[in-house]
Amino acid sequence: MWGILFYSVPVTGFCPHGSYGVQDTLRSGFSSVKNEILPSHPLELSEKNFQVNQEKMNFATVRNIQGLHAPLKLQMEYRAARQIQRLPFLQSSNLALDTLRNSDESIGFEDILNDPYQSELMGEPHMMTEYQLGLL
Amino acid sequence: MATLSVSRAPLGGFSFENCKRNAVLEADSAKLGSSVPAARKTGTTICGIVFKDGIVLGADTRATEGMIVADKNCSKIHYISPNIYCCGAGTAADTEMTTQIISSNLELHGLSTGRLPRVATANRMLKQMLFRYQGYIGAALVLGGVDCMGPHLYSIYPHGSTDKLPYVTMGSGSLAAMAVFEDRYKPDMELEEAKRLVRDAIAGGIFNDLGSGSNIDLCVITKGNVDYIRPHDEANKKGVRVNELETLCQTGDYKYKKGTTGVLTKVITPLNLDTVGEHVQTMDTS
Repeated sequence: MWGILFYSVPVTGFCPHGSYGVQDTLRSGFSSVKNEILPSHPLELSEKNFQVNQEKMNFATVRNIQGLHAPLKLQMEYRAARQIQRLPFLQSSNLALDTLRNSDESIGFEDILNDPYQSELMGEPHMMTEYQLGLL
Repeated sequence: MATLSVSRAPLGGFSFENCKRNAVLEADSAKLGSSVPAARKTGTTICGIVFKDGIVLGADTRATEGMIVADKNCSKIHYISPNIYCCGAGTAADTEMTTQIISSNLELHGLSTGRLPRVATANRMLKQMLFRYQGYIGAALVLGGVDCMGPHLYSIYPHGSTDKLPYVTMGSGSLAAMAVFEDRYKPDMELEEAKRLVRDAIAGGIFNDLGSGSNIDLCVITKGNVDYIRPHDEANKKGVRVNELETLCQTGDYKYKKGTTGVLTKVITPLNLDTVGEHVQTMDTS
């Protein structure tokens, strides 16, 4: 019972991204109620959170079968692997993370469509580094 | 120029940025009377049966785009692995991409396990992917192959449900093909009988369904051997009218014989033209 609450990560839904939960007009542009509340496609929300939900489910299952320590150890490895990154505006290979998730042995639409390696837009380097360091 | 948002790393996969804009465009074009272009579908007849030594898969070869035939000879039997093939009905791009993705995944999986892939693995991968997208990927598939446990045949619907059966049909012509199967299917048939049955089932779909047509492709999978017969039967030849299933070739002739239209008067005017001058201009071909 409390185990399920323990794993409830806030789902990144449609709440505004700025601090204090208010729309950050400088960074994310103007907002409208329709854009915030209604998704433009029924699959949009489920696709945005697909990885997170899959991991939540898998950890809950492992916790039920193998005990509390198994997901704790795995999540520790995930956190360690997630810290191996390039600078925020550059594409990181995420090799360790992929190996842990077993996504280095499968191909899905996220590898074929909208490949981040071939994106035509780049984040503004100074802003992104400052955001990551918490200076902004 | 837009830059990426600061807080979120770019994700691969489907992008839903233009959905709202498309909905607005569709509503506007409906008001003006025109319509959004239709996706290319394979309104189709595909089927498969299990016979004594393996699997026979059959498909027609017509791809439609709304009411127009987009491709008179498209290939609907897709390769998944050396011992597994898959027929696809529904949106042509969806079946093509889905089968290619699953084929790559099965190859990686096979390299990791070191064994020939099983049909149940391909089935499981396909149904999990199609369920994830809640039927928005319009791919209805007939998956068949022979692995270490024998021949297996599955039908997979766009929303992710699957059936494991000895004979299956899919597509707009599936009712016509299923009628033929229900009448003449027997377990443990011989190869020639099985090929004839699948050919007749697809022909039933071709001649009775507007979404199916052209030729009949067959794929015979047995243990250790695949026979991809394309085309097995050219049921519809261009310019040849077939009256019954046995070809009674009658070419429709719409040319009129000379003298059909009577000549009333004839006037001949000779034009006498004199040569005024000659001028030769060489072309620069260097």
